[in-house]
Amino acid sequence: MSNTPAELRYTESHEWVRTEADGTLTVGITDHAQQALDDVVFLELPEAGRVVDAKESIAVIESVKAASDIYSPVGGEVIEINRQLEDDPETVNSDPYNDGWFFKLQPSDPAELDALLSAGDYQQLCEEE
Amino acid sequence: MPQHTPLHATHVAAGARMVDFAGWDMPVNYGSQIEEHHAVRRDAGMFDVSHMLALDLAGAGSKSFLRGLIANDVAKLVEPGKALYACMLNPDGGVIDDLIVYYLSDTAWRIVVNAGTADKDVAWMQGRLAEGGFDATLTVRRDLAMIAVQGPNARSKTWAALPGSEAASAALKPFQAATWGDFFIARTGYTGEDGFELTLPVDQAAATWSALAAAGVKPCGLGARDTLRLEAGMALYGNDMDESISPLDAGLAWTVDFSDTARDFVGKAALLAKPASRQVLGLVLEDKGVLRAHQAVFTAQGEGETTSGTFSPTLEKAIAMARLPLGVAPGDSVEVDIRGKRLKARVVKASFVRKGQALI
Repeated sequence: MSNTPAELRYTESHEWVRTEADGTLTVGITDHAQQALDDVVFLELPEAGRVVDAKESIAVIESVKAASDIYSPVGGEVIEINRQLEDDPETVNSDPYNDGWFFKLQPSDPAELDALLSAGDYQQLCEEE
Repeated sequence: MPQHTPLHATHVAAGARMVDFAGWDMPVNYGSQIEEHHAVRRDAGMFDVSHMLALDLAGAGSKSFLRGLIANDVAKLVEPGKALYACMLNPDGGVIDDLIVYYLSDTAWRIVVNAGTADKDVAWMQGRLAEGGFDATLTVRRDLAMIAVQGPNARSKTWAALPGSEAASAALKPFQAATWGDFFIARTGYTGEDGFELTLPVDQAAATWSALAAAGVKPCGLGARDTLRLEAGMALYGNDMDESISPLDAGLAWTVDFSDTARDFVGKAALLAKPASRQVLGLVLEDKGVLRAHQAVFTAQGEGETTSGTFSPTLEKAIAMARLPLGVAPGDSVEVDIRGKRLKARVVKASFVRKGQALI
């Protein structure tokens, strides 16, 4: 059983999104995703300043099993990346929702958040997989 | 329907992540393959390798049968229990399987083959026995389980777990085996560490596994098995060689024994007619990323291909074995195509870690 915090929003490609107090978004991958990947060994994160569209491939996560693309949940500009993951990629496995965050976005259109899944909908999706 | 080894229930009860491997439902890890890998390099870990197949070969004609069957020459095995690693070739010189043969006597041998090729291997061997009219019989031993205990503390923990086994196995040299009651204890392995591979009756498998665990041997799955063998530069059949590839091109020329010119073996003529056109070397990625199998390698001497790749837990770098043009040498700088990008790699000998020490 995986952990799916109720206050976050989710994508069908297993990213989670947290809206911060200042309106920026923090993005990572879910507990369900990190379990499926097994030990994470390397991440290719975007450069700060990069502008992306919703669902655009933005990062790559490599685990012992395979490489997987990570997609931006909404359109916006990358304002910060989690450099700590370069040294400790296994943090994605041990703490996917906090220290395992990937990058922060300044969203270009806050309305795009409404299209994301609630925790309940995401959990349902995982059960159906 | 995937097959189950005698330890299947044990793995499931331990919460192992199970995967289909060569038609067997096997543990890929019990939580973290990286931790399992480190346990083998630093202490002791164990693998259920019961999916592989043990065979007994017996009879007056068994030695001459083997000398004609495989590319390495069993005539050089004279000490009881001594083993060799060999390729079994098809008439075109391609590798049918890689295997280990143990000499018990001139008329008794133990052979261990891979799980995915077992049926093919047995059919091939039985066919050749019949064709040649050899005075020898081959017996499939699916009544045996196999547990590989590997690591610097593997032997001492095995002795602690199996009281009485030390006297029978303490004097074993690497690549040598001895019988202890119902057990066959071989000082062999697929990790680059010291240790034993135990062959035992299936009904003792679960109890033996528990005893080893109680002695502090960590259960390890196929994920760690692959990262360990790749660090040790050991070939994986199906990746690093197959029926279309000569051992000479697969970095396995050292397993082909041409020294007795009077000895003919299947594939010999093909090997003599076609010398090596490729070599196997190791790659270490200098840029950040992960090397995997079937990535194109660009060298000054032409293009090659990775045959196996992984992120090495011991070295904390991406490593690979690659089949490359002749002329490429350790120390050379090459490029690897990883998902459309050309990343820099350094060529090394295809042996990255042995006995816990980095060699590169």
